[in-house]
Amino acid sequence: MTFDEVIAHLEARLPDAICEVRRALGETTILVRAERIRDVCAVLKSELGFNYLVDIAAVDRFTSEERFELVYNLLALAHGLRLRLKVRCEESHPVVPSITAVYPNANWHEREAWDMMGIRFEGHPDLRRIYMPEDFRYHPLRKDFPLLGIPGSLPLPEKPEASRN
Amino acid sequence: MDTLTRTRRRLEALIEESHLEIWREHNRALLRRLESKHSSVEFIGDALSTEMVLNIGPQHPATHGVLRVVARLDGEIIRSCVIDIGYLHRGIEKVAEYKTFQEFMPYTDRMDYLSPYSNNVALCLAVEKLAQIEVPERAQYIRTIACELARLLAHLLWLGSMVMDAGAVSMFLWTFREREKIYDIFDLIAGARLTVSHCRIGGVASDLTPEAIEAIRAFIRNFPRELRAWEKLLNKNRIWLERNEGIGVVSAERALELGLTGPNLRASGVPYDVRTFEPYLVYDRVEFEVPVRTEGDNLARYYVRMEEMRQSVRIIEQCLQQLPPGPIRNENAKLSYPDKQEVYYSMEGLIHDFMYTHWGVCPPKGAEVYAAIEAPKGELGFYIQSDGTGFPWRLKIRSPSFCNIQALESILEGAMVSDVVVLIGGLDPVMGEADK
Repeated sequence: MTFDEVIAHLEARLPDAICEVRRALGETTILVRAERIRDVCAVLKSELGFNYLVDIAAVDRFTSEERFELVYNLLALAHGLRLRLKVRCEESHPVVPSITAVYPNANWHEREAWDMMGIRFEGHPDLRRIYMPEDFRYHPLRKDFPLLGIPGSLPLPEKPEASRN
Repeated sequence: MDTLTRTRRRLEALIEESHLEIWREHNRALLRRLESKHSSVEFIGDALSTEMVLNIGPQHPATHGVLRVVARLDGEIIRSCVIDIGYLHRGIEKVAEYKTFQEFMPYTDRMDYLSPYSNNVALCLAVEKLAQIEVPERAQYIRTIACELARLLAHLLWLGSMVMDAGAVSMFLWTFREREKIYDIFDLIAGARLTVSHCRIGGVASDLTPEAIEAIRAFIRNFPRELRAWEKLLNKNRIWLERNEGIGVVSAERALELGLTGPNLRASGVPYDVRTFEPYLVYDRVEFEVPVRTEGDNLARYYVRMEEMRQSVRIIEQCLQQLPPGPIRNENAKLSYPDKQEVYYSMEGLIHDFMYTHWGVCPPKGAEVYAAIEAPKGELGFYIQSDGTGFPWRLKIRSPSFCNIQALESILEGAMVSDVVVLIGGLDPVMGEADK
């Protein structure tokens, strides 16, 4: 199977889901409409043999429209193909359907995207923060979050009082 | 009827119906003795049939770092558990956006600190693919050798600590003796033992000296003998087998669903290894086998890693034989650091060194790339988006330990509490990498 066959199959099965196909540096990227990502993943997994989700990366494009981008990295082990899917969402409504129903291991990757970039996943079974504690209110990988952090944003345990003697 | 008598009655009834099937009399006598010592002891029920919540870590030596497991126990069985990570989160993906690609390299040393060289190589390969930088052959061979040494380094720590988790401490000392030798080799290769940062974008920092090559030769001559001795000790060791056989079984489909990676995935029967799937460096020029087991239990993970170490020795041997002469860095000074001789003794060299440090290598605007290597723990990948400057717009690290720990949660559910430590040891996570 080749990438052309994969894309042709996807276009035939889900004609309205694919926005753009880009090829560069020997890698294929498909830009998918955000609300169809779960369907695209389901077709890729059940019909085209993409059985392993490697990674989900969240990117802050820092643009006024379609600010956030999610990058899915999928593998078809039997065919030796690596495919990249992309979806974009708005800053005002950063919600994307969760793909945990298709790839259970998307769970933690989506939690990471929520924690670091503040993208919410519809239908995620357990959308908690993963690195930062729940008490933290910011999403540190956004471009408008300062490198040095925000003073007082994270409550720290108080210093124990020095002993009297 | 006073309290004591009532308690005793309840105790007798409890013992009668309890799970204490062996040594009933003995246990009864023990409980009576306990009761006579503390007349106020109250028996709420059989400890084995009551649920309790146990918190393991984050400060626990057996969790290999700062992993925290909160488990709900039914007797000795873990009914459900939650894994909490992030205690070592340093935000290195954020830091990366404020560093040039080369400046970021020392941070990668501190991800999987058991195999720093692999992390360096993964970053370099991603940047080189992104900016289309050619790397001389000799450098690729040096990287391959060092990557395989790093794999030995990581697997040796895994072996020592896992056998220690199962109760044998002497093994730890033997594997650490061998690790010490590899650290000495890294000292000869890179001038540093642990945080090597020896790779450069477009090549490596320094050539292998004859002394270093001799040290590597001596090491791989001796190492298979050590490996055989350890296998002799473990492969038929009843305690070792019984602690590991049939523990934490994961089928091939389940392993893919859980997102296991590296040796853990291969122990479940999925022959996925980035070295053969998408050959990088010079892995397509050397002969080696990818060990795969189908049992999917902790013992299979042990066999896979042991065999991987043997294959690593094979790869290093072949690389040393094939090691071609030639330059060790790309000679275009816009793409890679110039030689130190040039920097010290020529004006252009100095200017290039300055330029490279300040601006770094600038990949085309809008370019993006994902490059992965087979690190000792699994697929380690860097996804980079460039905005045309010397700094990455976004650098996402796909760390194998993160994925393995995710799978740990469902592997632990249904296991015995006494197996937790062995299971964590078998999956071999490194928190520095999982928490980024």
